[in-house]
Amino acid sequence: MDANAAKLIGAGIACIGMGGAGIGVGLIFGNFLSGALRNPAAAGAQFTNALIGAALAEGLGIFSLVVALLLLFVS
Amino acid sequence: MVNDPIHQFRIHNILGPWNIFGHEIAFTNSNLFMGIIVLVVVGFLLLASSKKSLVPGRVQSVGEMWYSLIHNMVENVLGHEGAPFFPLVFSLFSFVLIANLLGMFPYFFTVTSQVVVTASLAVFVVGLVVVIGIYKHGLGWFKLFVPSGVPLAILPFISLIEVISFLSRPISLGLRLFGNMLAGHIVLKVFAGFVVSLVALGIGGAIGSIAPLFMAVALTALEFLVAFLQAFVFAILTCVYLNDALHTHH
Repeated sequence: MDANAAKLIGAGIACIGMGGAGIGVGLIFGNFLSGALRNPAAAGAQFTNALIGAALAEGLGIFSLVVALLLLFVS
Repeated sequence: MVNDPIHQFRIHNILGPWNIFGHEIAFTNSNLFMGIIVLVVVGFLLLASSKKSLVPGRVQSVGEMWYSLIHNMVENVLGHEGAPFFPLVFSLFSFVLIANLLGMFPYFFTVTSQVVVTASLAVFVVGLVVVIGIYKHGLGWFKLFVPSGVPLAILPFISLIEVISFLSRPISLGLRLFGNMLAGHIVLKVFAGFVVSLVALGIGGAIGSIAPLFMAVALTALEFLVAFLQAFVFAILTCVYLNDALHTHH
């Protein structure tokens, strides 16, 4: 296998990490929604906390995207 | 090659480059758009606050919403001690928001898709947290890395993890905004590219190109949401990090 092919495969493998971030963000908003439907009065105050959690989970997925982009475009 | 989805992020010189103290310094399209962003923010807020009527008009109510969104956020996260930091958080939010929204226009340059811009903002924020923390609490601020109520045996590991998580904050804060903007704009251009290549195939391809066209429209709507959400997340994480500098006790 030449180095370029290995790079492309590595970039593809690195993107699997974004799936984990997707699961994390889905869990956060799913649980937020189920909690908000049980107690709608308290939901508004917690929405910013849900956004913080989603941003932190998403950031880890962005890391794997950056690794993929580094593999593709940095020689 | 103009069809390259990465082409939109290319920086080119508008004026210059001039050789200043051995460095090549030029006025680039990125600088131009940063100036435009500042003009848009200042111009809009001046316009919104020029009338000051009791029943706000359209422009004034948008300005009030913009202001009160950040004001409530700073109040909720930082409390009354956070009032001096409201201008900082408001400026950061406004700059990032307008940068993201201007980037949605075709042929406009997205300033926040350059990692150097977002990383400088993030390093500035976290550096400010360190400076303010030491200014307010002295060396006692470093208790932030030593949580209370942890058994002594695992305290060194917890402190190490706390230090590493603090040091990774500027990286994650900058890369989140950069990655979201970069990935979103690449996806938009890739789907737009599908339409062009399918239409080039002939009549069958033109019918088939309807699907990616709708997808591009839907993604544009999603990107507007992301543009606002990432600016909001940047501002709220700035508040959360500043909270560590103002209130050290866990």
